[in-house]
Amino acid sequence: MSTAASLFPDTLAITNLSKSFGARRAVDDVSFSVRAGEFVALLGPNGAGKSTLFQMLSGLFVADSGHAMIAGADIGQDPIAALAKLAIVFQQPALDLDLSVKANMQFQSDLHGIARDEAKQRIEHWLNRFELTERASELCRQLSGGMRRKVELARALLSEPSLLLMDEATVGIDPASRAAIVGDVKALCRERGMGVLWATHLVDEAESADRIIVMAGGKTRFDGTPKELIKLNGHTQLTPAFLHLTRAEGKP
Amino acid sequence: MKLLHARLALAAIAGREIHKFLRQPGRLASSLVRPLLWMVVFAAGFRQMPDLGSVMPFDPQLDYRLYMVPGLALMVCLFNGMQSSLAMVYDREMGVMRLLLTAPLPRSYLLACKLAGGAFLSVIQALAFMILVVIWSIGLSPWQVLTALPVLILGALMLSAFGLVLSVYIKQLENFAGTMNFVIFPMFFLSSALYPIQRMHDAGAVWIYRLASFNPFTHAVEAMRYALYGQMATLSIVVIIVSTIVFYMIAAAGYDPQRGLVRNTRGG
Repeated sequence: MSTAASLFPDTLAITNLSKSFGARRAVDDVSFSVRAGEFVALLGPNGAGKSTLFQMLSGLFVADSGHAMIAGADIGQDPIAALAKLAIVFQQPALDLDLSVKANMQFQSDLHGIARDEAKQRIEHWLNRFELTERASELCRQLSGGMRRKVELARALLSEPSLLLMDEATVGIDPASRAAIVGDVKALCRERGMGVLWATHLVDEAESADRIIVMAGGKTRFDGTPKELIKLNGHTQLTPAFLHLTRAEGKP
Repeated sequence: MKLLHARLALAAIAGREIHKFLRQPGRLASSLVRPLLWMVVFAAGFRQMPDLGSVMPFDPQLDYRLYMVPGLALMVCLFNGMQSSLAMVYDREMGVMRLLLTAPLPRSYLLACKLAGGAFLSVIQALAFMILVVIWSIGLSPWQVLTALPVLILGALMLSAFGLVLSVYIKQLENFAGTMNFVIFPMFFLSSALYPIQRMHDAGAVWIYRLASFNPFTHAVEAMRYALYGQMATLSIVVIIVSTIVFYMIAAAGYDPQRGLVRNTRGG
């Protein structure tokens, strides 16, 4: 391993990952990596294969071929070690609405085997960090969409993951809360040296990422900084550059 | 998997089931009312009619209501098993299932935690029913309930495992009415819960008799009936244990990411 690589180790390394549903190749020979402390946006239109990719990364699907290493553990070969290093905020909310905020967090820390004393401290820390302390004993049902997302994010961070996957995590949330969540995650990414892979179809969310990976039709179309993406076809804005890329190759 | 991790996860998953149960007092009430309706209303008219014959392990003069006890106790477990699988389907629709499936734990252990939680609730409800029958004082002694407890636990485990299988193959909550008609009722009626299956044979319904004698529910009922009278029905107990293992393995295969249910909850 080179010096540069060990200074910024890959927290996620995907090589030649593919998955088909019948004749359709949902994810087609995808390779890229996310380094520790890096915020990477996975940008693609609906149906680009982002969700399928995420489901393979989280062990919900098994890939047809290829590998995904999370903090050095192969999700296909050693899913338990890989899942221990991984946190996911799903596109579809995954809170038990009939449990309190705190109980939802406790449930997650138990599933991750965090000792109760330690868990108590971490729960307090993250509730405080996301300004949820006052609502800790409320049922999740009583919270707004934006608040629920914050709870899910706080919950995901309990296990101190090396890699955070955010799957279209801002869908259905008002712009102010959306910006706040993007800002929070970006800050955490720096503070904790955690790698973040942020799937979205919204160009403005990708704008401030360290790197953008454009996905369309199951393939990666681009991997580079936002500036490089803009310049690629001589555009001046990100949106037309992105549309150019996905239109040119994504559609017949 | 470390011991602490295993313990916390069991407490979390089984504890959540119990917590939910405690929040729904109606569930305990209905699990008690259902068997008592059979026992009070159905047996009120029916108890004069059936000729139980010289069925082991009790004498022919047995009160029909007492004959019904093991079948109804296990019916409580059967319904609770179905309720647990309903909760799993609900969890799947609400996304909580993903949280469970992405926990750093073996899938088989997650299912075992669910199984333990479901079976525990079944046993509690079935015991509550039998205690009511003891209080009713129609001839069931607390001692009999105690001797039958180990078999009740085995039966509850089997029916919870059966519930796990149902949760794999039921894709939506709406399909539960169908499950009642095509799975739960046949399992209950094609058994010795309401009268000895020998009577099916005597009446010439040989194929119904055969189906009933292969039904694991029949074996659970018989094993428990024998246990209530301090006897051991070895074959039936073997059938219960083997069925539990088979159901559990089918469910585990169903939750396998390569061919499991999550395939059908795919996003865009």
